[in-house]
Amino acid sequence: MGWYLGRRVLQAIPVFLGATFLLYLMVFLLPGDPIAAMCGERGCAPAVETALRARYHLDQPFLTQYLLYLKGLLTGDMGVAYSGRAITEVIATAYPVTIKLALMAMAFETIFGVAAGLVAGLRRGGIFDGTVLVLSLLVIALPTFVIGFVAQFVVGVQLGWLPTTVGANQSFMALLMPAMVLAGVSLAYVLRLTRTSVSENASADYVRTATAKGLTRSRVVGVHILRNSLIPVVTFVGADLGVLMGGAIVTEGIFSVPGVGNTLYMAILKGEGPTVVSMVTLLVIVFIVTNILVDVLYALIDPRIRYV
Amino acid sequence: MTAKRLRAVVALAVAGAFVLAGCQSGNDADEAPDTSASDTAAASDDAADAADDAAEPAGDNIILANITEPQNPLVPTSTNEVQGGRLVDLLFAGLVYYDAGGNAINEVAESIETEDSQTYTVTLNDGWTFTDGSPVTAQAFTDAWSYGANANNAQLNSYFFESIEGYEELQATEDGDEVDEDGNPIPIPLAAPDAKLSGLTVVDDTHFTVKLVQPESDFPLRVGYSAFYPLPEAAFADMEAFGQNPIGNGPYKFNGPDAWQHEVSIDLIPNPDYQGGRVAQNDGIFFKSYTSPDAAWADLQSGQLDITDLVPDQYLQTFETDLGDRAVNEPAAIFQSFTVPDRLPHFGGEEGLLRRAALSHAINREEITATIFDGTRTPANDYTSPVIAGWSDSIEGADVLEFDEAKAKELWAEADAISPWDGTFKIAYNADGPHQSWVDAVVNSIKNTLGIDAEGDPYPSFAELRTKITDRTIETGFRTGWQADYPSLFNFLGPLYGTGAGSNDGDYSSEEVDSLLSQGLNASNIDDAVAAWQEAQSVLLSDLPAIPLWYQNSLGATSEAVGPVPFGWNSVPLYYQASK
Repeated sequence: MGWYLGRRVLQAIPVFLGATFLLYLMVFLLPGDPIAAMCGERGCAPAVETALRARYHLDQPFLTQYLLYLKGLLTGDMGVAYSGRAITEVIATAYPVTIKLALMAMAFETIFGVAAGLVAGLRRGGIFDGTVLVLSLLVIALPTFVIGFVAQFVVGVQLGWLPTTVGANQSFMALLMPAMVLAGVSLAYVLRLTRTSVSENASADYVRTATAKGLTRSRVVGVHILRNSLIPVVTFVGADLGVLMGGAIVTEGIFSVPGVGNTLYMAILKGEGPTVVSMVTLLVIVFIVTNILVDVLYALIDPRIRYV
Repeated sequence: MTAKRLRAVVALAVAGAFVLAGCQSGNDADEAPDTSASDTAAASDDAADAADDAAEPAGDNIILANITEPQNPLVPTSTNEVQGGRLVDLLFAGLVYYDAGGNAINEVAESIETEDSQTYTVTLNDGWTFTDGSPVTAQAFTDAWSYGANANNAQLNSYFFESIEGYEELQATEDGDEVDEDGNPIPIPLAAPDAKLSGLTVVDDTHFTVKLVQPESDFPLRVGYSAFYPLPEAAFADMEAFGQNPIGNGPYKFNGPDAWQHEVSIDLIPNPDYQGGRVAQNDGIFFKSYTSPDAAWADLQSGQLDITDLVPDQYLQTFETDLGDRAVNEPAAIFQSFTVPDRLPHFGGEEGLLRRAALSHAINREEITATIFDGTRTPANDYTSPVIAGWSDSIEGADVLEFDEAKAKELWAEADAISPWDGTFKIAYNADGPHQSWVDAVVNSIKNTLGIDAEGDPYPSFAELRTKITDRTIETGFRTGWQADYPSLFNFLGPLYGTGAGSNDGDYSSEEVDSLLSQGLNASNIDDAVAAWQEAQSVLLSDLPAIPLWYQNSLGATSEAVGPVPFGWNSVPLYYQASK
């Protein structure tokens, strides 16, 4: 296991370098000139433009720009955003909110998804199963922004139960609605995955054996069926954490959450290379770490899987 | 069996700890050297429920207003966009300020006097201080202006000082040893980092003189713009820190060192030492940052926002009826047009004049503003804006802006007689802004009237469109517009249609216009200046260097608690007048 982990961590290094390089290249190749955009419709004085280009290394060839960025990165300095803030600071303000949001969403989708999926899977064909299937299909079919706007209008504006937006108020209550909206689609998938997996395992030989041994129903369900059914779910949820963090642009926009999605969106609009690359690189690292965690979890859930 | 069971327990624990593991990585991000926003966020992690609403200020007369994260540090000479602009305007006081009607009212200045419109003597009021206690002296103005004009400081607003003597020297560059990607030498600024504008002379603490390169009669109208605000001594020691936590002399100041929570909120409280006419009628303004108008609107509807200048498209038809006098929809100092440069095939010389006039007659501005914009644009009558003093709706030649199918066809046919039209007429626009619908409507109007192929030509971002326009490689018509920096007719004309002017994207050049523009600048009083500039406009209306479309309206809404709040000439709400 130790060897295995060591290897995985070492593998992460080229992934990290490759990702930053590709990202930097992509942002570099983005058409349009960030300085022109910064100067607005009327443009800056030519000498000012030159000075700005030099400040952000935009006058250097691509490779030099990238190496300068990498050098800064290794010394813990990610550079300065066009707004004059250190990028480390931009990240430090954006990430905590998004992590909080993503974890809340993940908790929703796991708890409610697995619970509902388990019930539906055990009583396949029943009323609950049918209802849940239709509802989850509906959630999958509706785009997130539709659910988001409707929830915001009904729950936030009309009923006034929850704050309509997050902004400065990053409390649990304020984040509740965006987290549920964000979790919606994944919840439907978790539910369906669990349901299928549970109903398959429920008729497996070892479950019959377990029941025949006289084990209680709760033990059969909890230990034998559920535990074996969780493997696809863990894979999905693990990969989903990365998606939740990076892919929350729509939800963060609707609910005005000052997180990664919104910040990234603004940075892309401004063509702010270092900010985009730094934020996305961090997302890549989150993906790598969650993937390792998921693989380790496999071995713990399923005794048949061993790492050497 | 025991081992297996143990493993199962561990598995469950780990599965549970998955959440915590994620949490851990979150705290890692927190450890970055930051003492402001993330700490509050992390702290509320533990006491989430208890911290409900804790981040928003409690107070009966605190105005909640919308904003989008400013793009630049809050240094007045580097604030060239409206988000940072609204803050800088509240945090600083200049020589003059603009009232709701766009009139310049003396603020720090007691008087701005001139005899020849070229040398101005500024007298300051006594007793003004910055929030750090230092006095607002003549030097606070001249140092700030010189800082803004010096190329070494790369200030985005530096071109504002181009009319002051000494600007050329501060902006001069020479080719350096290093080369850029294309092998061209990178120019380096020649001026010393602390070089000053030679046209500014401090007489004493309350007097200074300004010498301009040429007479400019509207200079006193200009000095209310943010580029001309004074800076305290402390700013020059560390401009970076200053931009994050400005020390001003305006009606408001930052509420403590953590007032600016980036991308989240900005907390302003009244400045008790402020002495001007823009007195705060509330106990503070709490700006909430939004990236979408819908989120702001939802907050307005649920009483969590008092003033917004963002109205989502889907509410444009109804918001005036729904909100009554709490809705704002009036022409602003924003002029919109599209430009078809001379250098494009079929648009040069006499043929070009005919084709541009035909295009202008072919556009049904009334219908487009009513249907596409739901009345949030006002059809243009000239090249400026109704909020500017001296504006007129009956300039000679303004009939070219009327929709007239027969006339359009006739002019187009005349142009075809010179050289037959081929190809597709295109208007380029940036798709990251709300332009597709009106560009489509305009090209359809042209297509249907003239019977030619016409279409919109979207660019993914504003930056891309600007690059193509600036390096003159664009081969189509393109959208253009102008938002005035200060309320003067000249500001809509000089920078756009003067020969070689900074924003003359179509490279228009007319001796007649140039001389009328400068005649206005040389005028001894503003009325004569207006007459000359209006005459220049009638030349523009026959040449059509840009084809005027409409004036953008100021849009906005206020909450019931606040009631109607006037918007300034620059479409920014006059926040200091709001109270609840």
